[in-house]
Amino acid sequence: MSNTQKVALNGALAALAMILSYVEMQIPAFFAVPGVKLGLTNIVVLVALYVPGVKLGLTNIVVLVALYVLGEKNAFFINVVRIVVVSILFGNIMGFAFSIAGGMLSTLVMILLKKTSCFSVTGVSVAGGITHNVGQIIVAMILLNTRAIIWYLPVLWISGIISGAVIGIVGALVCSRIVIKE
Amino acid sequence: MKKTLLRKNDIYLIGILLIIFLFILGGVKLTQKGGTEVVVSIDGVEAYSFPIDEDLEFEISGYNGGTNILVIQDRYAYLKEASCPDKLCVHMGKINKDGQSIICLPNRVVVEIRSAGKIKSEHDYDTVVG
Repeated sequence: MSNTQKVALNGALAALAMILSYVEMQIPAFFAVPGVKLGLTNIVVLVALYVPGVKLGLTNIVVLVALYVLGEKNAFFINVVRIVVVSILFGNIMGFAFSIAGGMLSTLVMILLKKTSCFSVTGVSVAGGITHNVGQIIVAMILLNTRAIIWYLPVLWISGIISGAVIGIVGALVCSRIVIKE
Repeated sequence: MKKTLLRKNDIYLIGILLIIFLFILGGVKLTQKGGTEVVVSIDGVEAYSFPIDEDLEFEISGYNGGTNILVIQDRYAYLKEASCPDKLCVHMGKINKDGQSIICLPNRVVVEIRSAGKIKSEHDYDTVVG
């Protein structure tokens, strides 16, 4: 594959990831994360509270495919580009902090697990789903200066396992059908 | 690339993660205590406080003329109705544990459960430095 083809493919995958991010934003997060202390009730904080909800993580399909088809660096940078551009277009600074923490943590964990080659795409995706949620909750606890949010960890943990497994199976099916011409 | 969807190691991984989930759930449930008070604040200012063991239905007038209907029933508090378009607060369900809260962003209404004892100790300072 020539450099030009690589650049084009990376760009297309980043665009696809952005579109999936946008689609997911249209699905209401019924599980908002509350738990803010009353003194902290400023409007920016409240906006951010609606961000780390239970999401399917459609974007992770793209990251998984990039990870297995193109390689670690590509997956990492596609996710960074996706988070930065989506935050600039539709998000706020709090949302960016949550996304970048969850996204980076999950991408790094997925890269590490893939390198051990002990797990299939599904296992890697499950680990990514959980670490994405855990990363977000840690940042939320730091930024909002409250420990009350930790009560939502069980919900985010189990939803990370379920959505990670679903996304992993879809991602594996996509990976097995993509053929890159040398 | 291996074509298998699910390997043995994946099942072990998911199993271990599920066991960790049960531990987290247990830990969280054990440390959570039921609250005694339902505190309502509007636009960051504490407006009302109700005991959680008395059933009532109350209309909260929020920011910009929005309204939420707060219901306290069987030691649980929830918002039955809201004037806002997304109704996120209504979907947030019933709360009764210390520190849990329901937030209605458009009306800037926060409903929080507290326990009286905890509030007392939090403000039990001699001096505040800094």
